[in-house]
Amino acid sequence: MNQTYGLIAAFDTTPDLYHACEKVRDAGYSQWDALTPFPVHGLDAAMGVRRSKVPRFSLAGGITGFVTGMSFIAWLGWVEYPLVVGGKPMFSPMFAFPVSYELTILFTAFATIGGMFLLNRLPMHYHPVMKAPQFVRALDDRLYIVIEANDPKYHATATRDLLAKIGGKDITELEA
Amino acid sequence: MGAHASDHPPGLSLPNGAPAILAEVKPVVIPRRELVEHGRDFHWITEKICGIVEGKTPVWWWWCFGLAAIVASFTVSGLTYLVATGVGVWGHANPVNWAWDIVNFVFWIGIGHAGTLISAILCLLRQKWRTSINRAAEAMTIFAVVCAAIFPVFHVGRIWFAVLPGWLFPFPNSNGIWQNFRSPLEWDVFAVSTYGTVSVLFWYVGLIPDLGTMRDRFTAAGNLFKARIYGFFAMGWRGSNRQWSNYEMAYLILAGISTPLVLSVHTIVSFDFAVSLIPGWHTTIFPPYFVAGAIFSGFGMVMTLMLPLRAIYRLEDLITQYHIDCMCKITLATGTMVGYAYSMEFFIAWYGANPYEGFAFINRAFGHYAWAYWIMIGCNVITPQFFWFRQVRENTTLVWILSIFVNVGMWFERFVIIVTSLARDFLPSSWGYYSPSVVEIFTFFGTFGVFSFLFLLFIRFVPIMPMSEVKAVIPAADPHGSSKH
Repeated sequence: MNQTYGLIAAFDTTPDLYHACEKVRDAGYSQWDALTPFPVHGLDAAMGVRRSKVPRFSLAGGITGFVTGMSFIAWLGWVEYPLVVGGKPMFSPMFAFPVSYELTILFTAFATIGGMFLLNRLPMHYHPVMKAPQFVRALDDRLYIVIEANDPKYHATATRDLLAKIGGKDITELEA
Repeated sequence: MGAHASDHPPGLSLPNGAPAILAEVKPVVIPRRELVEHGRDFHWITEKICGIVEGKTPVWWWWCFGLAAIVASFTVSGLTYLVATGVGVWGHANPVNWAWDIVNFVFWIGIGHAGTLISAILCLLRQKWRTSINRAAEAMTIFAVVCAAIFPVFHVGRIWFAVLPGWLFPFPNSNGIWQNFRSPLEWDVFAVSTYGTVSVLFWYVGLIPDLGTMRDRFTAAGNLFKARIYGFFAMGWRGSNRQWSNYEMAYLILAGISTPLVLSVHTIVSFDFAVSLIPGWHTTIFPPYFVAGAIFSGFGMVMTLMLPLRAIYRLEDLITQYHIDCMCKITLATGTMVGYAYSMEFFIAWYGANPYEGFAFINRAFGHYAWAYWIMIGCNVITPQFFWFRQVRENTTLVWILSIFVNVGMWFERFVIIVTSLARDFLPSSWGYYSPSVVEIFTFFGTFGVFSFLFLLFIRFVPIMPMSEVKAVIPAADPHGSSKH
């Protein structure tokens, strides 16, 4: 059975896409997206996309890394094998700092990338838009708007008319 | 802002009669330097960069690849002999127990720093010219870290001991004793392994959109085998703005953490020396001096690599004269900082009134290793000064030759710091003169092969410029239509 995933419309220039996105946003759609070969500056606001949640993952990763470094070295010096070297204390945050600092960065990096993959639901090797023949230009030189059929405001003809009105070209239905 | 301006229409007067706002403002037009010349469009960029990977393997590539493999075999044979025999095959002997191994380690790790500077620090500083060189520079970072890591890993002799009895990584030995976390050498293990890992991650995240482009092009061309491989690594990227939103944030955070990372790595490398008590090493200037030197040497290597690449692949529209100017100027600035550090070391040696410190520096400049010292001064202090001149910066061949001098000079800097200080330590009875053994020479010479081997694979199989980032800096990418003016 051929179900519809949504409608895809092409735009030739970045300003066209930008203003079209503002109009789709203002029309009240929520399940839609823009496909661009490069990050378009300010498109988040034009689409009404909220600030990314990636920093929360980063912060959690950073704290974990720092605590890991400090507690590991404290555990070594105080618990696992107390050993006096050069008359220095068994543990001090001073000498544990460089290692904890590096681990903070290491864990932040993993958490940031992991968070980005998670929020973007990657890896996702299949997606309905990838089946469309025009998708080959989405990561090359053309800009697209995709409105999904499961959007509460979606209507096969009304949405198509909206896309045509805001300057969308080659409007095509996507198979689910 | 907009509402504020409309409240005060032009020509409104203050109570004292003076005009609050000029009736007409004519802002000075300061055109920005074009980052992509000849008004190239999105598709041209895709074709140009993907074309390098998709095209037939050029003949020069095979020659270079073969040569690199032969040179790399010197490292392989040097290391094999080392592991089979023992670290005694290196020329180290009292009092010089640290020599080429750590010189080469610091040399290579320093080269890596320019890649991270370009990808992280210049990203935070919104230096958009970084876009066309950052991919190759980051690749350079990763391969330089690989070359650097060879030396600390192999200096333990039986390399498998690096992990399990914990000669490098934190595992207890057979008596249950752990590493000394008070030692900068252990900090260095964490700094360098974190640096290598984060550099790879950062590079890979930058690659994802371009791998998506490669996947789609191979799919469209019917080459499903390659489409699968690129597609696997592209993770299903489809360039949706909801993805870009998280991606851009992640990229920004990675840039934000790579900046303190790159500064900390060479700081900790310099602690290997600065925390010791050897005259000539025990100085507080080391961390900033090492970081400046690292960026200096790294930009030298970036230019050594990018200028031939630009000429071979006709990338003049993407790596413009403006890019070369910027790189030359950073080299000039950091080279001058390094020169300042050299003179400041001498000043402090005199001003500190420590006779051992004073001797160490006089000995550097006029002792047995004076030849190395003056090569260092010539290459690091004098060479970059040529970049003051526009005629020099516009002569690509000359820039390339000067960049080689920078590389040579920075190797000698590490040699001078490490070997001269050790060869003349506190007791004249233990003074010595260090010369490398043939095994060390083989191992170091071969690392250039290892580096080139990896870099050649990179330019053959990976888009050498971040297409998505380069597209984002051309006028057509501006959502407010600067291209229409």
